[in-house]
Order: sequence, then structure tokens, then C-alpha cells
Amino acid sequence: MNQPMLEVANLNVYFGEGGDIFQAVDSVSFKVKKGGSYGLVGESGSGKSTVLRAISGLIADWDGRICVEGEVLEPKREKAFYRKMQMVFQDPYASLHPRHTVDRILSEPLGLHGIGDVETRVLKALDDVGLGKAFRFRYPHQLSGGQRQRVAVARALMLEPQILLLDEPTSALDVSVQAEVLNLLSDLRTERNLTYLMVTHDLAVVAHMCEEIAVMSHGKVVEVMSVEQMRRSEPKEAYTRELLMASKGYDPEFFAGEAV
Amino acid sequence: MSEQETLLRVEDLWVRFPTRNGIVEAVRGISFAVGRERVGIVGESGSGKSMTGRSILRLIRPPGQMTAKEISFKGDNLLDYSERQMRDVRGHKISMVMQDPKFSLNPVMTVGKQISEAYRLHSGASRGDAKRKALEMLEAVQIREPERVYNSYPHEVSGGMGQRIMIAMMLIPDPDLLIADEPTSALDVTVQMRVLAIMDKLVKDRGMGLIFISHDLQLVSSFCDRVIIMYGGKIVETCKASELHNAKHPYTRGLLAALPQIDDPKAKLAVLDRDPVWRDQESVVAYD
Ligand SMILES: Nc1ncnc2c1ncn2[C@@H]1O[C@H](COP(=O)(O)OP(=O)(O)OP(=O)(O)O)[C@@H](O)[C@H]1O
Ligand SMILES: Nc1ncnc2c1ncn2[C@@H]1O[C@H](COP(=O)(O)OP(=O)(O)OP(=O)(O)O)[C@@H](O)[C@H]1O
Ligand SMILES: [Mg+2]
Ligand SMILES: [Mg+2]
Repeated sequence: MNQPMLEVANLNVYFGEGGDIFQAVDSVSFKVKKGGSYGLVGESGSGKSTVLRAISGLIADWDGRICVEGEVLEPKREKAFYRKMQMVFQDPYASLHPRHTVDRILSEPLGLHGIGDVETRVLKALDDVGLGKAFRFRYPHQLSGGQRQRVAVARALMLEPQILLLDEPTSALDVSVQAEVLNLLSDLRTERNLTYLMVTHDLAVVAHMCEEIAVMSHGKVVEVMSVEQMRRSEPKEAYTRELLMASKGYDPEFFAGEAV
Repeated sequence: MSEQETLLRVEDLWVRFPTRNGIVEAVRGISFAVGRERVGIVGESGSGKSMTGRSILRLIRPPGQMTAKEISFKGDNLLDYSERQMRDVRGHKISMVMQDPKFSLNPVMTVGKQISEAYRLHSGASRGDAKRKALEMLEAVQIREPERVYNSYPHEVSGGMGQRIMIAMMLIPDPDLLIADEPTSALDVTVQMRVLAIMDKLVKDRGMGLIFISHDLQLVSSFCDRVIIMYGGKIVETCKASELHNAKHPYTRGLLAALPQIDDPKAKLAVLDRDPVWRDQESVVAYD
């Protein structure tokens, strides 16, 4: 079957009202096949998170088309939608309730959807993301940044969704945990045939995780390339070239022509 | 650091948290110094990097406890300072960009107001001057539409913008030492380079000291002068940043191996195999 798992067509997202409207996303279109992994990269403020938030139903003020398995999504979502799609947020500080224990954070989605077997599932989820049961009754402020992001990944997996929207899932993680989380995400994708839409600014991560990559700038997709094209450093757009160069590390000569 | 002036000297620093499951030792007896240079602190999540940074400003929240033989800044022991003297140090002489930028901004005040108030507090400038300075700083950290962002609330800016706003705010008082905790982790690489170039310039032109906390080994090795590698609350190794790829400790080597590489695809990334003896090894002293 050729039907994409996720399809976005001519998506526009606006903020503000009246004469003070700001368009954060401008005619963005892409398709992700079932079991596929699609990457969105691009400069800060280019609208990557906003695309994810519109797809996941967190933003209502958009137009265009968003389809999951051929079914058109309305801005407002039913509860059942969240068993199909979950999002891991960029900012693990803001996304975990500060006064809830890890146990409560992980059990809550199960309660909301009437799923039993809570204790077993919570312990399994903690184990899946490399946190032991010692973390079960901690509060977010008692965790390091990376530990919080692992809790956020665990929470997204509680409802066993088919699509994961991953917003910089490892930007708060150190490389060894990043390797663990990326391996975990790869394994889960293979085992459960999950579909990923992943935002990251790390080209090495996107090359490792995704088959196809869209580059965003000022709310628009400016270039789409396969991972092979990226590895061969064959981008067409100047911005993508700059991105590839900058990802090789800090180089004081990089801005030689520019007044910093 | 030999012929340079030492800005900061930390000796035998410990940070402990009592928890339900006993005492967590977040930092276990580390010693290091920082001159007018760029010192990177790397290490895995939970290794104690942020707590080390916060300790310098005595910002460990109770019930956490911090102890040290010495935390001296330009020769003065900060441990002897009153809370009032510390307030003067924070944000004036030593600034810290926290790992959780949006968390540290006031959610009900516009970004611009927060920056200009910070500047007024420090300089006593007029409202108009403070606003001009704030817009200038937003531009310096590569915010594209400074006017719009100036009037935005923290929840209305993107992750990377939040980080740059914090950096702008911390640089305004012209600190002698900047502690930057994962300051660029949410930035795309091109903006990241520009923000690093700003910090680089402050170190070179004004002799600022920089403690750069990051988990990005490649970035630290290309950007910093020296690197301190932390594991389990201790320093396991320290070296010149340019020599990081020749690191000897198996932990550091493991971190390097775990990095995905654009031009060297692998089905699985190497995962660190932690040896329990690492936790018991003595902390390496990193004065220079
Ligand atoms: N709630 C909001 N109200 C007003 N403007 C917003 C809001 N959320 C986002 N924006 C604006 O939309 C633009 C895109 O933001 P978005 O968070 O999608 O960027 P991003 O590509 O994810 O950037 P980053 O890499 O820094 O996270 C930014 O200019 C931001 O200021
Ligand atoms: N309030 C607290 N109570 C108990 N333990 C804590 C508390 N705050 C921090 N810790 C623990 O202290 C250790 C060091 O934390 P720290 O935030 O310094 O890590 P880090 O190296 O900055 O990690 P990351 O890269 O994830 O930010 C962690 O194991 C963390 O769980
Ligand atoms: Mg974002
Ligand atoms: Mg930290």
C-alpha cells in the first residue's frame, strides 16, 4: 500500500490576531510512509516546532491539510487520536509537571485512557529508557536534564502510539545517553513499525535516524534531500551548505567575512 | 594557564542531596581553576556539571548542601561572603546562563522588559537607553526581529530564541566570568557558531573567563582551550581541548565513540560500558 502514514499539505500556521498576524509556517508539505523516519532541520525560529505542534493538535490556528493514514485531521482532536500519535517536547523542563512524581507522570496517560496493569507498565517503561526503579518516586527537579528527557520519552511510549513526533529529543542529552535513546528509538521503530517525524538541529543525528530530510528556513521548506545526498554533502541551498559546514565544529574563520 | 591570572579557584567541592533513597552525592570532591580562558566541562547526564556551575554562585537550593575548602574569585573566598555580597557577585562579576532558559525567565513579563530592567539595575541607565541597549543585545545574539521579540512573552519565543535571550541578558553586565550551562544546545549549528563567536570575542578582547558546560564533545574540543571531563561527580580526566581526541580514560574514549558521524553511518551507535571502578577512582585535580 502506498498511502502515507502522515501527510502534510500546504500547511500554514499563524500567531496573533487582527493587524498583528505573524505567519510562522508557510505552505509546508511532506509525506512520511508507514515505518519511515522523516527529519526536519533548520535555523532557530524557522517553524519546526510549530509544524509539530499543529500536527499534534496543540495549535488550532492553521490551514492546509494534515492526514493520518488518509484520514483528514481537524484542528480539534479526539482522545483516541493520542493513542495513535504522541509528541516528545524540546524542553524537558517545561513538559513535565513539577509537582508530580515520575510514577504519576507515567501512570497518568494510562488512567486517562482506561488502561490497566499500571505498575508493570511503568516499571517496564522506566527500564526501556534506561532509568531504574530507583527513579520511580522522584520529582522532576530531582533529575538531571537528561534524566528528565528520558522520562518524557517514556511517557510518550506509555500509550504505544504508532507515530512519534520528536522535537529535539536528544538535544538535552549527553552523547552516551543520546546513543542509548537513539538506539532505543531505532529499535522501537523496527520492532513496532513506528513512524517518526523528528526535529533536530544536529545533522549527524538526523543522518543517523532519518531517511529523508527537509530543511526549513523562515517558515518554508527550502530543500528536501535523502540521507545519502546529505552524506555526500551535495546540498543545493547555500543555507544547507552552511549548516553542514558548521556541524563540523567551531571555526573562528567561519565568519571571517562577517562583522560578529 | 601558567602565565595567566587565575580568576576562579575551587578546591575540594562537594554537593549532596538528601533523598528518600539516601544521600545523593552530586559532586564528590573536585578541584579546578579557571583563568581568562575557555574551559569546557563535559560529561554524561547527571555527572554533576550543572551543580558544579551553580555551586560557584552558591545557588544550590536546600535541602542540597554544598561544601568546599575554597571557592575563590580573584583571590576572595566566596564562602566567606554574606548573602548580600553574593547577590552583588551574581550577575555582575559572575554571570550564569542556566541550562533551562525559559525556566529562568519570568513568564509574565515581556522579554524586552526583563533585559532592559536587568541593564538598568546594573547601569542605572534611563528607560530609553536601556531599551536601545536591549535591542542591540538581541541583535548581537542574532535574533532576526528584535522589536517583535522584545515585545514577546517567554512562551511566545522558540527554544533557541529563549537561549539567546538568556545569553544577551547575562552578557549585559560585562561579567569577569561567564558560566554557560548548555548555552547553545537548542540552537541550530549556524546560529550556534555566531553565539560562540560572541563569547570567544569577549574572552579574547575583554579577558573574560568562560566555563562552558556542554555534552557536545566535538564542539568543546573545537571551541575551548581546556576540557574537564566529569563522571559520577568527579573529574576523571583533563586535557587541552585540541587533544581531546587523544583522551586516555576509557570513559572519555567511550563518549567519543558514541557520537554519530555524518560520513560514517552505523546501524547502532556504540554505547558506553561503564566500569564500576571509575566511580571510586580519585578525582583528578584540574588547576591547569
Ligand atoms: N505561541 C506563540 N505566539 C507567538 N509567536 C510564536 C508562538 N510560538 C512560536 N512563535 C513564533 O513562531 C516562530 C517559529 O517558532 P518555532 O518554535 O516553531 O521555531 P523552531 O524552528 O522550533 O525554533 P528552535 O529551533 O529555536 O526551537 C518563531 O518566530 C516564534 O517566535
Ligand atoms: N534536588 C535534587 N535532589 C536529588 N538529587 C539531585 C537533585 N538535583 C540534582 N540531583 C542529582 O545530582 C546529580 C548531578 O546533577 P546535575 O544537574 O549537576 O547533572 P548534569 O551533569 O548537569 O546533567 P545534565 O547533562 O543531564 O544536565 C544527578 O544525578 C541528579 O539526579
Ligand atoms: Mg523548536
Ligand atoms: Mg546539567
